[in-house]
Amino acid sequence: MKLEAIKQVKGTAVPVAGDDIDTDRIIPARYLKCVTFDGLGLALFFDERFGEGGKPLGHPVDAPEYKGARFIISGNNFGCGSSREHAPQAIIRAGYDVIIAGSFAEIFFGNSTTLGIVCVTLPDAERAELMALVKKDPKSEFMLDVEARTLTAGGKTYSVGIKDGARKAFLDCTYDSLAQLLSGKDQVKELEAKLAYRF
Amino acid sequence: MGKNLFQKVWEKHLVRELPSGQSQLFIGLHLIHEVTSPQAFAMLRELGLKVAYPDRTYATCDHIIPTDGRERPFADPMAEEMMQAIERNTKEFGIQFFNPESGAQGVVHIVGPEQGLTQPGMTVACGDSHTATHGAFGAIAFGIGTSQVRDVLATQTMTISPFKVRKVEIKGKLGEMVTSKDVILHVIRKLGVNGGLGYAYEFCGEAVENMSMEARMTLCNMAIEGGARVGYINPDEVTFEYLKGRPYAPKGEEFEKRKEYWKSIASDPDAEYDDVVVFEASEIEPMVTWGINPEQGIGISETIPAPKNDTMKEALEYMKFGAGDKMEGKKIDVCFIGSCTNGRIEDFRMAAKYLKGRRVASHVRALAVPGSYEVKALAEKEGLDVIFTEAGFEWREPGCSMCLAMNPDRLKGDQISASTSNRNFKGRQGSSTGRTLLVSPVMAVAAAVEGCITDCRKIFGGVK
Ligand code: SF4
Repeated sequence: MKLEAIKQVKGTAVPVAGDDIDTDRIIPARYLKCVTFDGLGLALFFDERFGEGGKPLGHPVDAPEYKGARFIISGNNFGCGSSREHAPQAIIRAGYDVIIAGSFAEIFFGNSTTLGIVCVTLPDAERAELMALVKKDPKSEFMLDVEARTLTAGGKTYSVGIKDGARKAFLDCTYDSLAQLLSGKDQVKELEAKLAYRF
Repeated sequence: MGKNLFQKVWEKHLVRELPSGQSQLFIGLHLIHEVTSPQAFAMLRELGLKVAYPDRTYATCDHIIPTDGRERPFADPMAEEMMQAIERNTKEFGIQFFNPESGAQGVVHIVGPEQGLTQPGMTVACGDSHTATHGAFGAIAFGIGTSQVRDVLATQTMTISPFKVRKVEIKGKLGEMVTSKDVILHVIRKLGVNGGLGYAYEFCGEAVENMSMEARMTLCNMAIEGGARVGYINPDEVTFEYLKGRPYAPKGEEFEKRKEYWKSIASDPDAEYDDVVVFEASEIEPMVTWGINPEQGIGISETIPAPKNDTMKEALEYMKFGAGDKMEGKKIDVCFIGSCTNGRIEDFRMAAKYLKGRRVASHVRALAVPGSYEVKALAEKEGLDVIFTEAGFEWREPGCSMCLAMNPDRLKGDQISASTSNRNFKGRQGSSTGRTLLVSPVMAVAAAVEGCITDCRKIFGGVK
């Protein structure tokens, strides 16, 4: 497991308006029919991007001006719904590394962190400002500093919410937890032997 | 100060604190299914790892499996591939697989409890958000993502931070035909779809104590719909009685011994909570949702509220309903009884009791999908299948079916379904314009019979 520490992320942003963007909207259930995560980026927000017969609905992620964006700006309770890791997998495979929202559903947050997607929070008013900024100037450069907990965009610096555990994991390069867990093997064995139940 | 169940179970399973500030938690029981596990096994192979404790992982298939027949290969080649993957993975890594031939296959959150695998005082994890269901036994049960499924397979542990605990008390007795489904829809409506973020919900109070295990599972199942990843109920005699004689439950003397452990992990009378909320059971009516998240629901006698935010506006637009509308009288096209929320034997008994001697309205397609083979067999032994089919329901093979429509069971166009499942998200039931109304099994039967949403108490009971 070779990972890189995530200290700063730079790039442009795409606005995905709305609260409670659930995992069924991030990736419709029919795309869960797969045995690998490859190619899931194409399914991101599929039913919001394409209507009957594949007719494009003009979703911002398809707009040429937002091509190559690395940040998603959205509303409150982002990622609610199912535990499907397919949702953050689709997001990262479509090229996005940072999500700015009002709040995140817990399982989604955990899944995203493990994959190295940085989920940060900002209050409604500040997100509205950023939304307006990228609508006016889609090429505005965003810079997230994980260490300093700041986001700079449009000549302004915002202090963002980022959970301590996640922040530390990004900086220490321990966000994929498996190596750490494996190193506790003996303690796990000891605990298992003491447990009141087994099958 | 005493401790609550969450704290006690957490302590017993805490391996250590990690440098990241998170905890390494031991998972006593791991359940897997065909949709969120294949990538995890692929990662294990890539890393050359084994399953650390194969006797603590159990598998079933539920999401993609067709419910109109079991002939192999499945008509959908992707479904067939996923089925073969779980067959191969469980065989190669030495994991017990409840396949259709075993007679125990079904929705993972129904199979675990009915096999007696889920027990009080355990930590349970499954790559599925409705894992909270198992909390009905007084277990701490987490829905996890595929990378965590990999972690649990490889180490039987995962990284997680402890939750705060909110006591959710339901005082008094529930009214006639008011079920635990109505209780949870009421709680979510009041506390909001993200009201539970960061919390485990401890459900308690007279109404909860009076519930059967099946009803308790319905309640905990939807904790996640209120943003709480974990929901649980303290174990009591109802719990112990349910477990007695189940295949994986301890037997004889061992059962009595284990019971001591089960009792010991219940919340102390003077336990501390981070928050307490109280609801009056008598204020809860049969519920129905009108929108696109589970918080957008009302009691059957109420009208759809005026939109207070964009989500509500969006919901009304999508559902093609108006503020001020009554849900009573809204025509339905489909009725779906099943899922890990309401696909247990008691749900079918309850539905059949009211369905008996009646017929489904001619324009309604009605599906009854038992949550497992065990539920199906029991129901058939009691003749419930006859009641359903004579009324005009399709009586199908067990699986998730139209709950998320990964198999061929799905809505068409903007059809409206009265569903006993747990999610009314846009497109959830297989059509990107399909509409879902979440209801209890009694309300679902009432809607199927009348052809529209109706107050079940008016047609089935003395309540006028
Ligand atoms: S029945 Fe529905 S909610 Fe339950 S596990 Fe299956 S798909 Fe998920």
